[in-house]
Amino acid sequence: MIPLLSSIVFLPLLGAVMLLLIPSQMVKLIRTVSVLITGSVLILSLYLMMHFDTSRMMMQFTEYHPWLSGLNIWYFVGVDGLSLGLVVLTALLGLIACLASMGIEQRVKEYFIFYLLLMTGMLGTFLALDLVLFYIFWEVVLIPMYFLIGIWGGPRREYAAVKFFLYTLAASVLMLVAILGVYFLSNPHTFNILELAYVGFAPHWQLILFCAFFLAFAVKVPVFPFHTWLPDAHVEAPTPISVLLAGVLLKMGGYGIFRICLPLFKHAAHELAYIVGILGAINVFYGACVAFAQTDFKKMIAYSSVSHMGFVLLGAASLTATGFNGAVLEMFNHGIITAGMFLLVGVLYDRAHTRELKLFGGLSSSMPIYAFCLTFLALASLGLPGLGGFVGEFLSLAAVFGVFPWLGVITVLGLVITVIYFLTMLGEVLLGAVNPKCSAYQEMNGRELWCVVPLMMIALIVGFYPHSVLQFQEAVLLSLSRLF
Amino acid sequence: MMNIAHYVPLSPLLAFVINIIFGRKLKSASAAVAIAASIGSLILSVKVYQGLSFGYGSYHLGQWLTINGKALNFGIIVDPLTVMMLLIVSFIGTLILIYSTGYMHGDIRYSRYFAYISLFMSSMLGLVLSDNFVMLLICWEGVGLCSYLLISFWHERPAAVAAGIKAFVTTRIGDTGLLIGMLILFFTCGTFYFCDLATVKGPEPLMTLAAILIFTGAMGKSAQFPLHVWLPDAMEGPTAVSALIHAATMVAAGVYLVARCFPLFVAHPIALETVAVIGAISALMAASIAVVTNDIKRVMAYSTISQLGLMMLALGVGGLSAGTFHLMTHAFFKALLFLCAGSVIHAVGTQDIQKMGGLFSTLKITSSTFIVGTLALAGIFPFAGFWSKDEILITAWNNHHPIFFGVVLLTSFLTAFYMGRLIFLVLFGKSRSDLHPHESPASMTVPLIVLSLFACFVGFIGSPLKEAGRMEAGVETYWIMLASSVVSISAIFLAYFVYLRGFLPVSIRSRFKGLHDLLSHKYYIDEFYDFIFVKPCALLCRMAYSFDFHVIDGLVNLVADLAQSVSGVLRKFQTGFAQNYLLVQALGLVVIIIWLLKI
Amino acid sequence: MTPLGYFTLMSAFLFCTGIYGVLTRRNLIGILISIELILNAANINLVAFNKYLGSSDGMGQVLALFVVAIAAAASVVGLVLIIAIYRNAKSVFVEDFNLMKE
Repeated sequence: MIPLLSSIVFLPLLGAVMLLLIPSQMVKLIRTVSVLITGSVLILSLYLMMHFDTSRMMMQFTEYHPWLSGLNIWYFVGVDGLSLGLVVLTALLGLIACLASMGIEQRVKEYFIFYLLLMTGMLGTFLALDLVLFYIFWEVVLIPMYFLIGIWGGPRREYAAVKFFLYTLAASVLMLVAILGVYFLSNPHTFNILELAYVGFAPHWQLILFCAFFLAFAVKVPVFPFHTWLPDAHVEAPTPISVLLAGVLLKMGGYGIFRICLPLFKHAAHELAYIVGILGAINVFYGACVAFAQTDFKKMIAYSSVSHMGFVLLGAASLTATGFNGAVLEMFNHGIITAGMFLLVGVLYDRAHTRELKLFGGLSSSMPIYAFCLTFLALASLGLPGLGGFVGEFLSLAAVFGVFPWLGVITVLGLVITVIYFLTMLGEVLLGAVNPKCSAYQEMNGRELWCVVPLMMIALIVGFYPHSVLQFQEAVLLSLSRLF
Repeated sequence: MMNIAHYVPLSPLLAFVINIIFGRKLKSASAAVAIAASIGSLILSVKVYQGLSFGYGSYHLGQWLTINGKALNFGIIVDPLTVMMLLIVSFIGTLILIYSTGYMHGDIRYSRYFAYISLFMSSMLGLVLSDNFVMLLICWEGVGLCSYLLISFWHERPAAVAAGIKAFVTTRIGDTGLLIGMLILFFTCGTFYFCDLATVKGPEPLMTLAAILIFTGAMGKSAQFPLHVWLPDAMEGPTAVSALIHAATMVAAGVYLVARCFPLFVAHPIALETVAVIGAISALMAASIAVVTNDIKRVMAYSTISQLGLMMLALGVGGLSAGTFHLMTHAFFKALLFLCAGSVIHAVGTQDIQKMGGLFSTLKITSSTFIVGTLALAGIFPFAGFWSKDEILITAWNNHHPIFFGVVLLTSFLTAFYMGRLIFLVLFGKSRSDLHPHESPASMTVPLIVLSLFACFVGFIGSPLKEAGRMEAGVETYWIMLASSVVSISAIFLAYFVYLRGFLPVSIRSRFKGLHDLLSHKYYIDEFYDFIFVKPCALLCRMAYSFDFHVIDGLVNLVADLAQSVSGVLRKFQTGFAQNYLLVQALGLVVIIIWLLKI
Repeated sequence: MTPLGYFTLMSAFLFCTGIYGVLTRRNLIGILISIELILNAANINLVAFNKYLGSSDGMGQVLALFVVAIAAAASVVGLVLIIAIYRNAKSVFVEDFNLMKE
């Protein structure tokens, strides 16, 4: 039998090796191979989804091989309801962003090699169940991302890439220390995440280790006040990389909180839930406020990501099954919706070569299909009931209201501001008097449209039938919430 | 009871999907699609109405979510209140779609318009069919969205865009209250279902708070004071939209919500009192503003706020049947009035009533139906408004609320006055500018005639919730009928003398200049909100950004700069000359040797 | 037999001269020659200690031969590099080669 998870993780790596062997002039072949590889990753992950047993909360499709047995380090991968959605999301966005990368003209070969490496890192992070393996994949993500922003980015790409790299690296070094701490505090020493959940560390160690892990994840989420790398990285990154950055990379932080912080350090999670909740509420409200003050389209969406990821923290802080479901669903939805938003920003940037909101206007006359897509995704993002964004936010909010009512009120106020800035954005870009410069813009072409349409469909399906996603995660999150 | 009610919203939804995807190919056929779907809903609604005789209740369609271990189902409720709303929405919707084929003729986004209207009808029908708060909220936001899209439909006009945003945001503020209210309800009583509201029990101040917060949602949607500011601006949308959404149906959703949650309000008198007070304030305030407004559609908008206020007041004094009855009659005559206004605007090309005048001779059909609508709104016997207003008065009197009784009478005086003013300025007298009006096409006049027939006779049907109403109303009191008639007729005569005969001495005019200014500035509420909320909010956001940019990002960059300057010092030691390094090495070696020799 | 001290003294003198040359010479060839001096100082020590300790296998002399051979190879590589640098930079003075510094 073929090891399914390993093939999902290492297929992109294999693809990267294949690209190494292709001469760099054969741009078409390189693109085709990349699309085929990412496409087959998606197919494999869909196969995984179909054969996933939703009723079991155990790890499934596990692979367990000794790696560095002297240190008790194992090659241990597995999937459960928490990671499944994110793996499928990564595979889907991987293909979509790969299709969106067809516009990359410079150094195509290097681009796609880094791109496929990035895919391996992201998929591996979601599937690894050994802390060392997890850490390695976590760091593997950084390097290709650094080059992808630093080489193919916008005018301030070097600043943004270095900032991104150093910020996340500094945080993950903290995680490395915490991983070693966990290892030496457990008896027998182990890096196995599932076994560590049963260790039960001493309370003061729990607080320290929780904070160390949480800080590492907080930078990735990103949590206020560690979020300032995100707008810079987003603004400078090329469109497909922004898509992955918002769609997948931010989820790694949220995933880490659920996979490591909560089950390993139950006592600390209890103690610090209030602080996590406050940070979440700040994220929602503050992110919305700052997003409203933006004049750059991409920066606005970046800050809206900060705002939305606050719901993940709020759901986690509630320590209830409802909140966990809301948070994990919000991660999935945010991945879908914001990825679509970034694709649409990219579409506009390709035509106008600017992202200043004020320079557009009346686009809905010249680009009606684009206008429809943008309106749809903006509404989904601002949490219109009936579309994807609402369900996750509603569940998180409902859970938080049960635990910390005041944080819920702040969050709801943030939602009002979210409505304001999204509508203002729509008003500035799509509506209003037609800007003569914009009237000549071409309507979205087929490739651009078909990148966005699947995302819109998913947002609609999740909005009306949230069970389609929730069914995978409910069992495992219920058992997680029982720990508290 | 036949479980077919959930098909009612589906047929307009289908029309929406067809129109949004194939709209450009369908061109004018998109109107036919929308109308057919709407008629389909109407037929289904009638079927549901017939099914009512077999009993009513609610049924589930399927599970949607699990919250705190409790299943939340999509469910449909079918009872007289729902059926009344279904019939109103699908019937008036159909007429307005027919009217729109004429009104929107030649618009570049013709099919888009019909798509939006279909989506609106679908959400509105879904709203009244929901049996729980969450599903209601979904449809509630859906109608809000359509309202936003249709207000900014002519989005080349900046005013339309601004009005759309204002409408969406203002109602969203109310919806925030609704959301919090329903979550409080859920966490104290554990239910989202309307059918449980009669029996819920919870800790006292919290439950009242929940009821008031739910009412906040209704305030936003029904444009009640202090969230009424969006409705007059919403008149930037096409007039047919104003008729359907901002007069007959969507704005009534707030009243519907209060009626739906009526047991909750009855159980908490303070909340009920709040409803009545807010209704009374809105009714009087809006009616007084309408007296001095010169834009024909804005007069109608303020009139709508005022009438919705009356409905809220009726509910607030305990008149469930009176409030819903007025909702029904109002839907017909207000839709009629808006469509007439649309027809007038279509004919003369302006909305300023000071520029109109003497239109009766050229617009015979429009004018006659306009007059019917006016009489119905003013509450003249035997038109529809008379009966429902009478019920409100009776309820207020019988439930011992003399102040609210007075408010209703005063409002109906003002109503009759400003409607009289409108009629006399627009239809009679001499034309005040050289306009060349022409009667509208049949597609527009036929719905007018149909609606005016209903405006005449719908009052005789009586309240759809008669059973409840009879117990509330108690003894018939003819003096109330007489009083309200006298008030209304005298107001119309006053308007006749003032505006047609010019019986207003200049001295009086100048004496009330302050009042006139106050009213024509809408009590300065917009300016006040701008000063208190809009500007500070924008300022807060700009400050947040500069905090983010300078302080937080500044700290990050400060750390980076610090590291750089420290290494700037350290790199001085790295001269790059191998000989320097060797010298240090050699000296080190000497030191080590000396140290070793000492030992 | 000549006492060991003479050899070590000689070797120390050669070593110090070599170090002095490496540290102070600006000319690359001078540095190279100084390095050779240091190596030769080591060679003298190797041979002298071999004799003095009286080991019969002659390990010290073998080692010294190795050092001589490797020193020859190293100075060849060194000279080649110097010539290469000279062709590029038209200079044999160390302070002119600071390409790596900024």
